[in-house]
Amino acid sequence: MSEPAADNILELTDLTKRFGGLVAVDNVSLNIKRGEVFALIGPNGAGKTTLFNNVTGLFKPTSGRVLFDGRDITGFKPHQVARRGIARTFQNIRLFDYMSCLDNVRVGRHVRMKAKVWDSLFKLPRERKEEERVTEEAMELLRFVGIAKHANQYARNLAYGQQRRLEIARALATDPKLLLLDEPAAGFTPQEKVELMQLVKKILGRGITVFLIEHDMKVVMGISERIVVLDHGEKIAEGPPDEVRKDVRVIEAYLGKSA
Amino acid sequence: MSQAATAGRRGSPRRFNLRERIRDRDTAVYGVLIIVAILFPMVTIYATDGTALVSHATRAGYFVLLAIGLNVVVGFAGLLDLGYAAFFAIGAYSYALLASPQLESSPAHHAVHITFWILMFVSLLAAAAAGAVLGFPTLRLRGDYLAIVTLGFGEIVPQLFYNFDQWTGGINAVGLIDQPRLPVWVQGPWSGDGPFTFVRDFSFNGDPVAYYVLIVILIAVAVILVNNLYRSRLGRAWMAIREDEVAAAAMGINTVTTKLLAFGIGASFSGFAGAYYGASVSLVSPDSFLFIVSITVLVMVVLGGMGNITGVIIGALVMYTVIFYLIPGLPENAVSLANNVGLGGIVPASGDWPGLAEETQRLNFIIYGIILVGMMLLRPQGILPSRVREQELKHAAVQEEETVVEQAHAS
Repeated sequence: MSEPAADNILELTDLTKRFGGLVAVDNVSLNIKRGEVFALIGPNGAGKTTLFNNVTGLFKPTSGRVLFDGRDITGFKPHQVARRGIARTFQNIRLFDYMSCLDNVRVGRHVRMKAKVWDSLFKLPRERKEEERVTEEAMELLRFVGIAKHANQYARNLAYGQQRRLEIARALATDPKLLLLDEPAAGFTPQEKVELMQLVKKILGRGITVFLIEHDMKVVMGISERIVVLDHGEKIAEGPPDEVRKDVRVIEAYLGKSA
Repeated sequence: MSQAATAGRRGSPRRFNLRERIRDRDTAVYGVLIIVAILFPMVTIYATDGTALVSHATRAGYFVLLAIGLNVVVGFAGLLDLGYAAFFAIGAYSYALLASPQLESSPAHHAVHITFWILMFVSLLAAAAAGAVLGFPTLRLRGDYLAIVTLGFGEIVPQLFYNFDQWTGGINAVGLIDQPRLPVWVQGPWSGDGPFTFVRDFSFNGDPVAYYVLIVILIAVAVILVNNLYRSRLGRAWMAIREDEVAAAAMGINTVTTKLLAFGIGASFSGFAGAYYGASVSLVSPDSFLFIVSITVLVMVVLGGMGNITGVIIGALVMYTVIFYLIPGLPENAVSLANNVGLGGIVPASGDWPGLAEETQRLNFIIYGIILVGMMLLRPQGILPSRVREQELKHAAVQEEETVVEQAHAS
């Protein structure tokens, strides 16, 4: 909290989410600096995805504040959050199955497009131009994640790893300042994990801050600058990978208490 | 990166071909439809020496318009609407009340006669507004729940027109509705009106050929507009909501306004159709907009190929033919068939047997049901399915192979 707000792209203050009697996220505070890769880890059921959902507006926090880019976005609707500049992927891939890869990415561009109903109804010149531009931008993003040759295939027909890449391309299409990746390496082969880490670095190179949930320690240790560990909804550790790895409470959370 | 880029260039031509082929199917269907639409009145008037078939076509026409509109709601945005006839009713009554002597006997004591060409758009706006009004409180509901609420709306609206009888005439219906007029009209041998003539100050006045021309133009305009929407920012947003509402919202789509637009735009086409209906039938009664109308249009959309505009048009034409032409003509045809194949003995009634014609008449709905079930079993994806469903069914196997090969290459 010692740093000025402008350096932090995302600040969570005492964020709590209760479902009835269950406290899924318990008083979590954390700051993510502009331009870093920040990882959220923890055992299954620790509340990681719930925390993501609170940030992106799928859930409304029970209490606490979400500050994004210096502005309070607590309780915003998902589309308002996306408009502000937070994009996300999902733990169990949620693509638009029966739309082409190109269209999936173009949907991501939706929030930055200006065409109104009238423009589209009568195919006015400015609408055509915007469509052309968006198509090119979408193709560029497909190339960026390396699946351009599948542009006209249905998302459903892509291989698993390509679907994860497509989801990232779709999220990038919203022009985010902060990208939330929910277990991007789940189910990946070692080779794919290396490629993913390269992709994350390329995304950083575009000036986008990355906030990820990940189970695979190699990936987490390999790309993230700082880590927060969640257990039973509580923050139990925070710091650079090397420190967190040695933290007694973290080892306990993952391996159980030793005698 | 560069490798992927070149692979993309190598891979795209074949796939663009596939896209073109499928797009060509649509082009071909539109081409056939246009030719048939132009030839239909001439051929039928010449062949049957009457305009009965053209009248049928005008009625099929507004069903086509309704199906195109409902397809926006059901096929594009994936919102099941079981009360679509309500918007049709609102469009029809908007025209009927503002273009007939009806309001003279109402508390307003003053009949209104506004021209059809303006009221067409008034009806459109009235229906669209009704769509938005209905949509607003209900669109947070999903799937089945939404369907039930629209079902309720579809029941309420005809009841309103029935019960506000001071204004609408209730069960007595609104009659003597004005006919559209045009300053100039062209008649000729193609419409069975003898030599080529210009008619000044032309009134449609129940002329089936004139109504036929009007509905064909309305449908053409509707098809162009809906096609534009389908390939736009809004069209993609609708499909995204249909596929996964949560992901769509996370991508920045305002799901509430986008669904409202689907309802409003879908409803506006039925407003169009309603004004046309009011004029062509010249009599609007609450009984014309019951649940069965909503269901008939929904059947047309589903059987034709949900989400695909050409499919929906064909579906509407086929179902219209089945419901309003083939099935009503069945008793007569059954009798003549029996007579021709030497089974004339079963035609007259005797004892418990009500006679062949009567028996077929009684079986109407069973035959209709069998046709529906049969078509859904034979072609669950619809007569002309959307690219989505067709490609999914056709190419799933091929692409599976492709990805296997790609994976083999990648590793």
